[in-house]
Amino acid sequence: MTTDCSTIIACHECDLLQREIPLAPGETARCHRCGGTLYRNAPNSLDLTLAFSITAAVLFIIANVYPIIGIELQGNKSALNLFGTVRSIWNQEMHIVSLLVLVTTILIPAFQLTMMIYLLLPFKLDRVPTGISLIMRLLQSIKPWGMVEVFMLGVLVALVKLTHNFIVIPGVALWSFGGLTLMLAAVAASFNPRDVWIHVERQPGREVSG
Amino acid sequence: MKAKEVTAAELGLCSCHVCGLVSRRMQNDGPAHCSRCASSLHFRKPGSISRCWAFLIAAYILYIPANLMPIMDTGSLISYRKDTIMSGIVHLWKTGSWTIAVIVFIASVTIPLLKLISLTLLLITVQRHSTWRPEQRTRLYRLLELVGRWSMLDIYVVTLLAALVQIQSLAIVKAGPGAIAFGAVVILTMLASNYFDPRLIWDPLQKESPL
Repeated sequence: MTTDCSTIIACHECDLLQREIPLAPGETARCHRCGGTLYRNAPNSLDLTLAFSITAAVLFIIANVYPIIGIELQGNKSALNLFGTVRSIWNQEMHIVSLLVLVTTILIPAFQLTMMIYLLLPFKLDRVPTGISLIMRLLQSIKPWGMVEVFMLGVLVALVKLTHNFIVIPGVALWSFGGLTLMLAAVAASFNPRDVWIHVERQPGREVSG
Repeated sequence: MKAKEVTAAELGLCSCHVCGLVSRRMQNDGPAHCSRCASSLHFRKPGSISRCWAFLIAAYILYIPANLMPIMDTGSLISYRKDTIMSGIVHLWKTGSWTIAVIVFIASVTIPLLKLISLTLLLITVQRHSTWRPEQRTRLYRLLELVGRWSMLDIYVVTLLAALVQIQSLAIVKAGPGAIAFGAVVILTMLASNYFDPRLIWDPLQKESPL
């Protein structure tokens, strides 16, 4: 049943079989038929991803605690943080929209960052955390649904709209959201799932399934 | 067309969609799991075309209320207005926020339309086993995966404004029913493109070329 296929790779976008070739650091292998990315040789990808994830986690906490934008009109003030926004929309009977915002901007990024750190921190200590396959599968399937960068643009558009009628006070969280957007982009760019599997295979006798 | 090109599926090989390991698998062999990461193995995403159509048709249906119903009600002492997506953009343009108007137009009008039309095109060509420009179609699919999420922009803007502008009797903003429909369109088109398997674009080419 088992064949040695360790040097053969199939393109995920067109299924073409190709043989793996060694790459110089920083190079990317692309499918020669459809141009899809096959794999990368990203030096220190796991260490970099861990560093970016921890930075992102700190910024994520700040971004959720402090208000994003405040407005003022004739002495009346109003300021909200992210969860306050979700709650306010929930109270206006817009439950679906409220849940949509809660999931895409709070729950999924928080889950992504926790999983990244849970996965990569033990690697640094030469251990293999349990349930790697489950985590890798979850990380892959929730990836499209974290939308912090879209939310960031939404905040900027809302900011411009509000300046027409109100005095706008940018909050601390606005800056940390900017930083968080950059860090999450860095995490996505540096994380190389292939390196996780190479690392796991180097640890002999480990139970991988989970 | 080079004769040497062979796909994994033709040789009964299956690449794991999680860890990328290529393993042997017989057709009709029952459920199989990757030997490295234990994920279930499939030659192609199961039920790809029918699931993709289902989400896409639902998205088309909801696209109508998403554009016709107001997504935002704005009220103040002197004025009251209900905005649909398009009237909101026109209002932004008229009040001089051209950059924002263009950004919102791209995110809320261009991208959803592009997704609906492109997915329809991809599904029809795949179902007709078309061999027309597979590389461009794959590139189109990659573009859809990349830009799809940005349509959520308007939902976030409405949410922020509705949550923030709640100053008693002076100014009030409310999210309208169009916002729910529009959010659903974005989610449904994202699900549709998730379920689409780009490898189906290339399969007819394999059957055509002599091996």
